[in-house]
Amino acid sequence: MNKTADYVIIGGGVIGCSIAYNLAKKGAKNILLIEKKYLTSGATGRCGAGVRMQFGTETNCLLAKNSIEIFEHLGEELDYQDSIEFKQGGYLLLAYTEKMVEQFHKNLGVQHKLGIPSRWVTPEEAKEIVPHLNTQGLLGATFCGKDGHCNPFKTTDAYAKAAQRLGVEILTYTEVTRLLAREGKITGVETSRGVIETPTVILCAGSYSRDLAATIGIELPLTPERHQILVTEPVEMMQGPMVMSFYHGLYCQQVPHGSFVMGLGDPNEPQEYNQNGSWQFLHEMAAKATFILPPLAKLRVVRQWAGLYDLTPDRQQILGSMPDFEGVHLAAGFSGHGFMIAPMTGKLMAEHILGEETSLPISMFDFTRFARGELFVEPSVV
Amino acid sequence: MCEAKNKDLIMMCRCEDITLDEVRDYINQGITDLEQLKRLLRIGMGPCQGRTCTPLVVNELAKATGRPVKEIPLTVFRQPTTPVKLGVLAGGIDYE
Repeated sequence: MNKTADYVIIGGGVIGCSIAYNLAKKGAKNILLIEKKYLTSGATGRCGAGVRMQFGTETNCLLAKNSIEIFEHLGEELDYQDSIEFKQGGYLLLAYTEKMVEQFHKNLGVQHKLGIPSRWVTPEEAKEIVPHLNTQGLLGATFCGKDGHCNPFKTTDAYAKAAQRLGVEILTYTEVTRLLAREGKITGVETSRGVIETPTVILCAGSYSRDLAATIGIELPLTPERHQILVTEPVEMMQGPMVMSFYHGLYCQQVPHGSFVMGLGDPNEPQEYNQNGSWQFLHEMAAKATFILPPLAKLRVVRQWAGLYDLTPDRQQILGSMPDFEGVHLAAGFSGHGFMIAPMTGKLMAEHILGEETSLPISMFDFTRFARGELFVEPSVV
Repeated sequence: MCEAKNKDLIMMCRCEDITLDEVRDYINQGITDLEQLKRLLRIGMGPCQGRTCTPLVVNELAKATGRPVKEIPLTVFRQPTTPVKLGVLAGGIDYE
């Protein structure tokens, strides 16, 4: 297979599909998206499916708020025949230490400046929002009713189908093995099905972006880190919001299907490409979830799985262009919150790639911040 | 009594209530990858972990694509093999 494309997007997750759609919508032609397995086979399809505006940095709050506003009408915008299962049941973020209370109030300050309808709630108010919540040791929480859930498979499918209708070509089960460059300029990509010539590559392959960037001598500060999840049998709706505790490192939400999806971050997780589930996770997850939400003890676990965060040193994504290389754009390093900001990220990346002024500033997400030492850590992530 | 419109209703996935017609509809849309069918239809995601529906869907995919059954790639079988209560996993004997 020898062919050419004006734009090659590497990675068939929600970010890649959102960028493809937004580029095509802006009139860009000859766009090719390459995915090594099937769409959503990487981090997107393994994520916890939560979407929230409650972040700790202004930039993430803005990306998330704009994204949720897009999610609210995404089905219609993309003319999707199915449902993206968007639900705004809110996010309840639990605070167990004085330090967390202080940080949450700081976050609320940032959020309120941007018009995010989050608020502080006492343990009693938290119990009104989630009646089966165990408030033992709880100092309070923040709640935002506009946060919620969206189905990652359906959202990606919706973007992919809309992109295809606008002429984007999607190649699945095709692996990009190497980026090709000459004199500081991208010339193409080498794939498992042959070479594709292109002047522009958009790298959104999660952790694997690191290995691809290395093929043209660029070192990306990305590390893969396994995060595990489980899902229960479906039951009647009993919990509106996502319950999240940074103290326990867990999140737990009842999705519109009726099942509970819950996950846990492990601070001792080795940073490697391991996507297998462990029995230790099952035990720890069950112990923590049934402590915070006791009635869940009666629910049966149907399945567990794992996915990879693509962590950067400040847990913030890298957006923009690769310095010193013509034709390489980056949208990676989402550190576990890529799905929820994908709608706005796709739009901003399309604007950036086409040389337009971006609707929100993205220069602080630039790759060069690591070399300059200008990290800005996102405090509100599991 | 069975309604006339339900006469030919054939269930493929008992856990998630998915019919043969729904599966064929997706296959006719060009989705012939079991991984994609699972994620878009929830087929195989129920408590039985696909023990009933997976062989049936694989047969359908083989018929639609003309490939032998043994060449249709399966999805990953994930633990636990059988549903287990969170209370049991947490170590509480009350739920055993």
